Amino acid sequence: MSTENTAEAPEGPAALDVVRPGALTTVQDAGRPGHAHLGVPRSGALDPPAHRLANRLVGNPPETAVLETTLDGVTVRVRARTPVTVAVTGAPAPVRVDGRPAPWGAPVRVPDGALLDIGRPTAGLRAYVAFAGGVCAEAVLGSRSTDLLSGLGPAPLAPGAVLPLGRAHAVPPAPDSVPWQAPPAELVLPLLLGPRHDWFTADALRTLASSGYRVSPSANRIGLRTEGPVLTRARHDELPSEGMVWGAVQVPPDGLPVVFLADHPVTGGYPVIGVVPEDRLPAAAQAVPGTLIRFDVRRPVRY
Amino acid sequence: MSTSGTHATDASSAPLHIRPMGSHALLIELAGLAEAQAFHAELLRRCAAGVLPGIRDIVPAARTVLVDGLADPQSIAAEVRTWRIPPLTADEGPLIEIPVRYDGPDLAEVAGLWGMSPDRVPHTLGALELRVAFCGFAPGFGYLSGLPAALHLPRRATPRTAVPAGSVALAGEYAGVYPRSSPGGWQLVGTTDAVLWDPRREPAALLAPGTRVRFTEEAGR
Repeated sequence: MSTENTAEAPEGPAALDVVRPGALTTVQDAGRPGHAHLGVPRSGALDPPAHRLANRLVGNPPETAVLETTLDGVTVRVRARTPVTVAVTGAPAPVRVDGRPAPWGAPVRVPDGALLDIGRPTAGLRAYVAFAGGVCAEAVLGSRSTDLLSGLGPAPLAPGAVLPLGRAHAVPPAPDSVPWQAPPAELVLPLLLGPRHDWFTADALRTLASSGYRVSPSANRIGLRTEGPVLTRARHDELPSEGMVWGAVQVPPDGLPVVFLADHPVTGGYPVIGVVPEDRLPAAAQAVPGTLIRFDVRRPVRY
Repeated sequence: MSTSGTHATDASSAPLHIRPMGSHALLIELAGLAEAQAFHAELLRRCAAGVLPGIRDIVPAARTVLVDGLADPQSIAAEVRTWRIPPLTADEGPLIEIPVRYDGPDLAEVAGLWGMSPDRVPHTLGALELRVAFCGFAPGFGYLSGLPAALHLPRRATPRTAVPAGSVALAGEYAGVYPRSSPGGWQLVGTTDAVLWDPRREPAALLAPGTRVRFTEEAGR
């Protein structure tokens, strides 16, 4: 039933009023793969398994748009004629409905007018908040994802913004348990050398394999910037721009590797020393600044 | 008899270097821009014929073509090596005419670098048939190839913080049109009202790779 702070049930479809956007909260779905040749980044949720799980918990198709929070969660007020089923996954964080604690990683019924607050995660960086029916921001090229590099998709959440919700599907029985891997103290990222490892000195390759790097505070949806020993180049000529992939580890002129995440540019003019496999990128996206990274360097495939 | 000019575009005999790009992509490196465009055209022909299933993204660039989203890069790599790649033909790809008002702030400087008067620039550019080699920088920004070496230009020493949408620009061996207002260091020679990027249009980009482009002169206002 409606709560006391609701004068009357809203006439229109369900919606969210943004009360506190947090450090950065964006709408994300599976992104825009297949448009890279037009200069369009892939974008989409940085932790796809958490994104899909949140949707499963509220009965949505797995690719439905959700909210992706960064660092300190989000607060929204729910407007709906009937309670909205919500689930929070990704980084484990305190969930509150009108101040009362609610479970993380499980469906939660949020009544009309209630304040849904996701707090600062106890581990990890990004929480995923799914709403039954999905977040219905306007789609661009088939995706509702916010792309921070090219500016496509809905703007990041701001106080007072209103986001419409779609019509809910039937909610399936919740799974008994939600798998979640705690972020390790050391983030080990396998790195398949190439395509441009030959642009670096043998010393640089040894440094990459044997040294630790730390996640930089300037890491973002475009790339996981790092701090650590500089990788020196063997070649200093200019590399004509070439195609980039999610997980490509590009080395800009400062010599510090950047692991490209979902909003990475489609082409780049700095050499890519190696590529982190896609299944390790969700962990990379959950690594808080200061996390120790070790690159597990693998020999390049020969074609 | 082949002159050195025609020989340079004969991509079938050009070496092709396949570089690893993680476990689901290949970076195919060609000898130059003409060879990369010919390889890209061949890749699109084979995709259209349905003989290369399971590719998510094909990203052409200046010397390379990235093929991403492959279940089995090894087999695609082996197959690519067997291809004979014909050079691009002049009439390949759709032709788009872009009307340009030659009112750019760098028109006089460009004319000076080309050793001509500013009123000769529209004819010089308009006589060329350019081709979108690849996109990048921003959604819908196409790098247009086909400028002869004598017309290649340096970037501006100091980039502008805001280049207006529709600016027709030149830098290095490329021409381009800014799809929206953005910072930029290219030389601006004119302006067009053509809509370079419209997400509600299919395709959203007016200048997709492989499109041929001719700049026509529109009377100034």
